[in-house]
Amino acid sequence: MSESSKSIVSIEEVGFFFGEKKVYANVSIEIPLRGISVIMGPSGCGKSTLLNLICGRLRPSSGNVKVFGQQVSNLNEPDLFRLRRRMGMMFQSNALLTDLSVFENVAFPLRENTDLPEELIRNLVLMKLEQVGMRGTQALMPSELSGGMSRRVAMARATVMDPELLLYDEPFTGLDPVSLGVITKLVRELTDALNTTSIVVTHDVEEGLSIADYVYLLGDGALLASGTPKELLESSQPEVRQFLHGLPDGPVPFHYPASDYRGDLLEH
Amino acid sequence: MNINPVTNWIGSIGSASLGVVERLGYAVIFLLRCVVRFPKVIVRPSLVVQQLYSVGVLTVVITIVAGAFVGMVLGFQGYYTLVDFGAESSLGLVVALSLTRELGPVLSALLYTGRAGSALTAEIGLMKTTEQLAALEMMAVNPIQRVIAPRLLAGIITVPLLCAMFTFVGILGGYFIGVVQLGVDAGVYWSTISDGVDLYQDVVNGMIKSVVFGVIVTWIAVFEGYDSYPSAEGISSATTRTVVSGSLAILGVDYILTSLMFRF
Repeated sequence: MSESSKSIVSIEEVGFFFGEKKVYANVSIEIPLRGISVIMGPSGCGKSTLLNLICGRLRPSSGNVKVFGQQVSNLNEPDLFRLRRRMGMMFQSNALLTDLSVFENVAFPLRENTDLPEELIRNLVLMKLEQVGMRGTQALMPSELSGGMSRRVAMARATVMDPELLLYDEPFTGLDPVSLGVITKLVRELTDALNTTSIVVTHDVEEGLSIADYVYLLGDGALLASGTPKELLESSQPEVRQFLHGLPDGPVPFHYPASDYRGDLLEH
Repeated sequence: MNINPVTNWIGSIGSASLGVVERLGYAVIFLLRCVVRFPKVIVRPSLVVQQLYSVGVLTVVITIVAGAFVGMVLGFQGYYTLVDFGAESSLGLVVALSLTRELGPVLSALLYTGRAGSALTAEIGLMKTTEQLAALEMMAVNPIQRVIAPRLLAGIITVPLLCAMFTFVGILGGYFIGVVQLGVDAGVYWSTISDGVDLYQDVVNGMIKSVVFGVIVTWIAVFEGYDSYPSAEGISSATTRTVVSGSLAILGVDYILTSLMFRF
């Protein structure tokens, strides 16, 4: 079997610029079908940009992004929306619609994209909420939920259409230890239960490595390393060691580039 | 690189103008993208009705209160000016014409800008900041169709109705001061209005103004929200821009429309 037929997302020699600023020079990543792929890297290395490229909210400056074998940047809006109905995305800020209740938030993708009868929508929503342990919150408004609860509701909403591809943007950020444990467990469980593919973008090394089937380490606009968590932990590549072990100095210098320190102090 | 201050100055004017034109062009494209979605919004009226409530119904009270006071002030000022010429019997006409032609459309639109326009910008800006608009896109829902177009349509429907209320209450306010307080004859007050106010020249033109203001202000409000920089500071400056440029646009466009409508 060829490499591309096993992968659900292929990022082929992608370059991306925000105005003048280079985010990627030339990155190629193949995300395999099924399982959890974790994309890690320091803040500002363009991890979230990668998710936006995959879901077609941004277009690459060069190269191709293919999802389900379709080239995302060539799609018109109806085709892009058809593609997105097969994906679920969880945002860092959870992005629950603040004017709708928890139940209506989870029901939203079904109401907008399907003609299912009300009874069935209700059952589906309650099942998804039960899966993340949030069935009791169905009547609450998003403003009444804690951060961890919102994230679980956002997970229920992301999975309500039974997507083939789940995207998580920084799911482990800003949570207390208990919520963190719950979310980590849920990412694993939902991926296995739905027999789906998850792409998790994170800078939390411990959680990322603990749930990953495959890890991709980004840095400085390029793919630094990839492999199973075990392979990366055993890697002797200095950039990988610095990031995974959180060393303050290394290939990523402690100091932001600056002029000569002595000269700067003596200038006046 | 030329560092001559004069050419630098001219250059900065040029680049600022280009920036303005570019943003204006973007705003026009944005408006067209909204208008194209109107048919799909109309077949789902519940979205528009919700917005009619939040931009319209919630603005009614301040419109009525302001209309009453403006009408009462017109009653006083009109009476004391006219009474010097023994023309206080024309008070009704003065009040009604000022309101239908100018004060009704302009002031109701200004109040709408402050109350509903600022709220629209802040709401949409916050939805953008909290990634709700992005989430809609990811759920295969077009945010322009689901969020922006219903608000724009509701604003366009709302402003002329607010204008009509403002004008009506203002005429009652003038009646209260002129007739009840200062003793102008009630029959004369109403008959000068019904004789002197022309349906097309005054009422319809006033309503046309109001529709135009509704389009412009709501357009500015939703555009500023959609285009805001996604941060607390970005939302605050977008809201300010909505109120400032909305108000100035109303006054400027009012001058243009008046000079076109009442030239003959």
